[in-house]
Amino acid sequence: MRDQPIILAGLAVFLVIASFPFWYNAATLRAAARPALQLPPGKQCVAPVKYMKAYHMRMLDSWRDQVVRTGVRRYTSPGGKTYDISLTGTCLSQCHQDRAKFCDRCHSYVGVRAAYCWDCHNSPGNAVRTAR
Amino acid sequence: MNISRKTFVKFAALPFVALAAKGARSKPNGPRWGMAIDHRNCAKDEGCTLCTDACHLTHNVPTIPDARREVKWVWKERFSKVFPSEYLPARLENASGPVMCNHCENPPCTRVCPTGATFKRPDGIVMMDWHRCIGCRYCMAACPYGSRSFNWSDPRPHIRSVNAAYPCRTKGVVEKCTFCVERLDVGKAPLCSEACPEKALIFGDLNDPRSEIRTLLSARYGLRRRTELGTRPSVFYIL
Repeated sequence: MRDQPIILAGLAVFLVIASFPFWYNAATLRAAARPALQLPPGKQCVAPVKYMKAYHMRMLDSWRDQVVRTGVRRYTSPGGKTYDISLTGTCLSQCHQDRAKFCDRCHSYVGVRAAYCWDCHNSPGNAVRTAR
Repeated sequence: MNISRKTFVKFAALPFVALAAKGARSKPNGPRWGMAIDHRNCAKDEGCTLCTDACHLTHNVPTIPDARREVKWVWKERFSKVFPSEYLPARLENASGPVMCNHCENPPCTRVCPTGATFKRPDGIVMMDWHRCIGCRYCMAACPYGSRSFNWSDPRPHIRSVNAAYPCRTKGVVEKCTFCVERLDVGKAPLCSEACPEKALIFGDLNDPRSEIRTLLSARYGLRRRTELGTRPSVFYIL
């Protein structure tokens, strides 16, 4: 029990350091910078934004399987509009022309690598090689 | 209830009789795509590569000079190699014609694919799902026609101008002709068939007796590659 003050002091120092990001942000009243996404003006996404934020990867997966494996190439949105199922031809060409300002910003913010999409799929009009 | 053995067996067989009758009645459902290559028209210009060019440019097929690593979907091959087990007439010995994936009715490649990356569609097209290909090359070993190519390196540096509308492939993926499924699904004919000025590549529905390809095949004999293997190709050569 002789070392109790030292141990307690050490624990306190550890807690202060470990919780530094939390109390520092609270003290300076600065929120972490959120990624600024370039959104197409006045356009309706193929599904509600909330759904797309959470499940776009599942939709892309299902689109991929529909086109490649079953030959279904048209998609009907919840709003009744139909679209060509195409990453380059629809998602990128019609709305998100610059994937660096849309896909990549969020993905690098949360530290998630965007699968292998861009190893093969192209940005609209890119006649040049795209780096991974 | 008293039922004799004979009656029991008779009734037990009924469902099988019904099934057999249904099977005999069922007609082919939907199209089965095929191609007839009319050599007389193709031979009008021996050096022509328009079919290959149209296909390779659109589908981002890389041009790799090293023959061991080249990637090909449609190309011209000497008939002595196309029909190695036939006794060809002298006029065909040194001639060549376009070859591609035969989209076999009984494809050996789809049987050996461990991931289901290559599979046969209901319309007879042997399709590739490049997302699932793990590059094991079993399909290449299984294909008796050498229709498949492997990407030994990143193909992008070997593509002169990338067609953004069609995806490229990556290192470690097998690729081949898909009969232009992306065009068929929207009602267009394959590119090679459209690109040929001599109309040497006739594409159509083999299940439709009135289609152009069937009309041609009923007028002139169409030879298929390596029939002894029982793969039943959908590509016919009219020599």
